[in-house]
Amino acid sequence: MKQFKLTYKPYGNSAILIEWPQKIAIEILNDIQILVAKIENKNYKEILELNYVYNSLLIKYNSKYIHFLELKDKVELLYKKSFSDKIMVRSTSWDIPVCYDPEFGIDIAYMATEKNVSIDEIISLHTSAIYTVFGIGFLPGFLYLGGLPKKLHISRKEIPRLKILKGAVAIGGNQTGIYPQQSPGGWQIIGKTPVSLFNISKENPCKMKPGDRICFKSISKEEFLAIELEEDRGNYELKNSLLND
Amino acid sequence: MIKVLKAGLYTSIQDKGRFGYRNIGVPNSGAMDSISSGLANALLNNQENDAVLEIMLQGPTLEFTKTTAIVISGADMSPKLNDEFMLNYKVYTVKSGDILSFGQLIKGLITYVAILGGFQTETILNSKSFYQGITGESKLKKNDCIPYKTQTTSIKKANSILKINKQFFETKIIEAYKGPDFELFSLAEQEKLITNLYTVSKDINRMGYRLEESVIPHNKSMITGPVLPGTVQIVPSGQLIILMKDAQTTGGYPRVFQLSEKSIAILAQKKVGDTLNFSVLNNS
Repeated sequence: MKQFKLTYKPYGNSAILIEWPQKIAIEILNDIQILVAKIENKNYKEILELNYVYNSLLIKYNSKYIHFLELKDKVELLYKKSFSDKIMVRSTSWDIPVCYDPEFGIDIAYMATEKNVSIDEIISLHTSAIYTVFGIGFLPGFLYLGGLPKKLHISRKEIPRLKILKGAVAIGGNQTGIYPQQSPGGWQIIGKTPVSLFNISKENPCKMKPGDRICFKSISKEEFLAIELEEDRGNYELKNSLLND
Repeated sequence: MIKVLKAGLYTSIQDKGRFGYRNIGVPNSGAMDSISSGLANALLNNQENDAVLEIMLQGPTLEFTKTTAIVISGADMSPKLNDEFMLNYKVYTVKSGDILSFGQLIKGLITYVAILGGFQTETILNSKSFYQGITGESKLKKNDCIPYKTQTTSIKKANSILKINKQFFETKIIEAYKGPDFELFSLAEQEKLITNLYTVSKDINRMGYRLEESVIPHNKSMITGPVLPGTVQIVPSGQLIILMKDAQTTGGYPRVFQLSEKSIAILAQKKVGDTLNFSVLNNS
């Protein structure tokens, strides 16, 4: 297994931020997942929480029991140690329906002008890619997806919007995502899904996990309304399939 | 229980927060000024994590339906029990039919009401803290009812050994560690970030406090990474946004400072137009 050059930074007085090289790559995600498994396997009582997204791993610790340098040394050692037990990573592929009508995709026309492509081309590019879940954060159930075609990369808004609707599908920089609830945010909005990505009434509020794959499927306004109705009644099941390792 | 006669501007139930769910993107939440909320609980000999009422800027009017004891803390919001003005940090016995109301905001921004045994709203993902999408609502509204414990033993005297510094949040010095992306900026820019005098803007809420000044406009695009309550982000316009308790768990702007829990509490009590300075702490 390839070892990366990691940087360890103190984050406040009770967390460490470990960063892999500044890029979005599945091999980095896998490497983080292996380190996380090694740390979890040790059951350190001074570690409170592990949280990873893209190329960063945050370790929150209890500063009563350990300091930054001590914990850094422990983790560094663990990273270098080979891991004999093979970790089973079971990943799922999910189809998410999206309506790209400009009524929902309020920035799609702006984006078409800015990128000098047609709206249809944006939809076709956005739905043809297979995205990898690189982490969940920002909001409950917000999936960070890697794999956005280069042609769709666009800067975030200079000043974030104070209100973006639940289900909005958006692009920020080289990332795409779905707003799981109403919130402020700085991304360009290109569509909307009628499906809830986070449901607190379910035993497992968020079905997706890092390593999963996502595909967007373009739907009409009529289909959007029909799925929304099913979803409200709790009858809608996302199309999904297990991926082979 | 308590009946909400008037909701106030932004009144919510908060305990210390929701921990361990960052990996599905669930924020910490919890009391913005945990020092004031903690003192109110301590005065009642409550548990540290007991749920309190958090009141921002403009207070609610509340009616009690059974005997209990309460303590008001944090911002001075001219609290009244029936027609009598109350003091902060003092234990009051309340009876069925008593009405708690608030008036003019004199000092600070956020007031807490702690109650004997804590408020008994629903626990979701190990916390009672209100958060949109996790608990049923994000703030109280008129006619809501908030349950609390029936008082069975006699109400204890205030915890008199407790040291209370009512002025702790009046300082404009905000202690902060350098954030993980501080070094992305040049030495001159770092100096400016540290020495600038900042003003609290009108965009302040439980997610974050935005500061007025455009210190260093930039176009540093980053891969999204983890952020914490107290993380100071610099947005492309050059303004700083200090993330607070309901903040996102991840963000894409450079993280230039990280506040301590005490500094988060101090900042929480600032209102539009208040000024502040950062004082850099050493974190290794």
